[in-house]
Amino acid sequence: MQYALLIYAKPGATEALSTDEQEAVHRRYMEIKREPEVIGGASLHPVETATTVRAHDEQVLITDGPFADTKEIFAGFYLVEAEDLDRATDIAARIPAVRLGGCVEIRPVLVNEP
Amino acid sequence: MGQLPIDQVFRDEWGRVLASLIGYLGDFDVAEDAAAEAFAVAAQRWPADGMPDNPGAWLVTTARHRAIDRLRRDRVLAAKLRLLAAEQPGEDTVEVTAVPDERLELIFMCCHPALAIEAQVALTLRAVGGLSTEEIARSFLVPAETMKRRLTRAKSKIKVAGIPFSVPAGPRLPERLAAALAVIYLIFNEGYGDPDRPGLAAEAIRLGRVLAALLPAEPEVRGLLALMLLHDARRDARFDGQDLVLIPDQDRTRWDWPQLTEGRNLLETALLETTLVETAPRGPYLIQAAIASLQADERLDWPQIAALYGELADRTGSPVVRLNRAVAVAEADGPAPALALVDELDLPDYQYWHSTRAELLRRLGRGDEARAAYQRALDLARTAPERRYLQRRIEET
Repeated sequence: MQYALLIYAKPGATEALSTDEQEAVHRRYMEIKREPEVIGGASLHPVETATTVRAHDEQVLITDGPFADTKEIFAGFYLVEAEDLDRATDIAARIPAVRLGGCVEIRPVLVNEP
Repeated sequence: MGQLPIDQVFRDEWGRVLASLIGYLGDFDVAEDAAAEAFAVAAQRWPADGMPDNPGAWLVTTARHRAIDRLRRDRVLAAKLRLLAAEQPGEDTVEVTAVPDERLELIFMCCHPALAIEAQVALTLRAVGGLSTEEIARSFLVPAETMKRRLTRAKSKIKVAGIPFSVPAGPRLPERLAAALAVIYLIFNEGYGDPDRPGLAAEAIRLGRVLAALLPAEPEVRGLLALMLLHDARRDARFDGQDLVLIPDQDRTRWDWPQLTEGRNLLETALLETTLVETAPRGPYLIQAAIASLQADERLDWPQIAALYGELADRTGSPVVRLNRAVAVAEADGPAPALALVDELDLPDYQYWHSTRAELLRRLGRGDEARAAYQRALDLARTAPERRYLQRRIEET
């Protein structure tokens, strides 16, 4: 089964760490990325760089910033090929954001039948 | 005329047959449909032809045949199932003689924490307990349509999210077992707290027996079963009509003594095991069962009960347990030290915090404060028997 592990980070949580700790967090993310079950993913720039697109009466509307003010910010995701939800949960639980005030949402990926 | 034994067999076999089919077919819905079909065929044939020697194996064989027939008709669906990949031609004609017991896998799937707790409860009763959707709906006082949607949604999540049909291994087992025990105990308490729904308590005990048989090495499973048996043994004495009767006032001749003894025996062997194995501390259900056993004594050993509540509070950190400990301390050492413990807790939204305070204040002769506290408990009380009890207390104080 394919799962997307959607990472929601608490803003400022990583920045509050020491340089050494930040490096350790970064290493953890890279380690997870190298695991055989992880088949894809991306890490995103901060929300300050976000642009939101909407349509209003056929008119495309572009605004600066994220679409919603939320406490946790979508920061990136891993795409994993895992045997079942328990295995996906194991990987998700090791993502540093989980222990830094954020959370990970596990969503099964819709795979189109041939 | 033979009707009851078949009903009994159906309910006893449902979980085992369904579990075996899910294991074989790899799909909850397909397995459930096949099982339902096999049970329907049995309901038609058995009264006339007599029950087969091994009803479980008969049901599994019939259900497998039906499922395979259906899958042949529906190739698209079949392609999605692991069945087709594993299937050897002709294998489905083989008679099943021994049904592998996969109920443990089924229980852990139904009690998976990725499902909402109401869904876990409903699914466990339906899949493992063999209750009908209508029965579960009635037990939880919701419309049948609501319960049906709840079950459908849960089954869909199991499938789409890949909730495994397996027994969790290693470090995952203890927490997942705790989740499964919590579901069974929740079912028990739903029934135990309401004299109009005694069926749920019996159902929870039945589930507890299944789990205890499947996991004989887990003292906590037997602890839960013992706890439920001990509480439930007092069921007939707990209510006077619709009114709640507290243990000291209960008519002990109305207790179910064989069941009480069964609970105590279970408790004893489980306690003995935890004493022998240093690494396994007594779990919360075992401690609660020990308390329930002591509470059934003619002369209560309050210092011992207070000590056990203390141990339970340390294990769980629960303020409600601390409240119970205070109640035991009141009996062991008097109302003054108990009130001090109660006032440390401060649980303004909890009915029993107010009623316990009220009781202690009453014993200390502080009538006005006691009545005020009873009144606050009354404002929070949910069931009619409890309201009547508190009303009486206010009038007596």
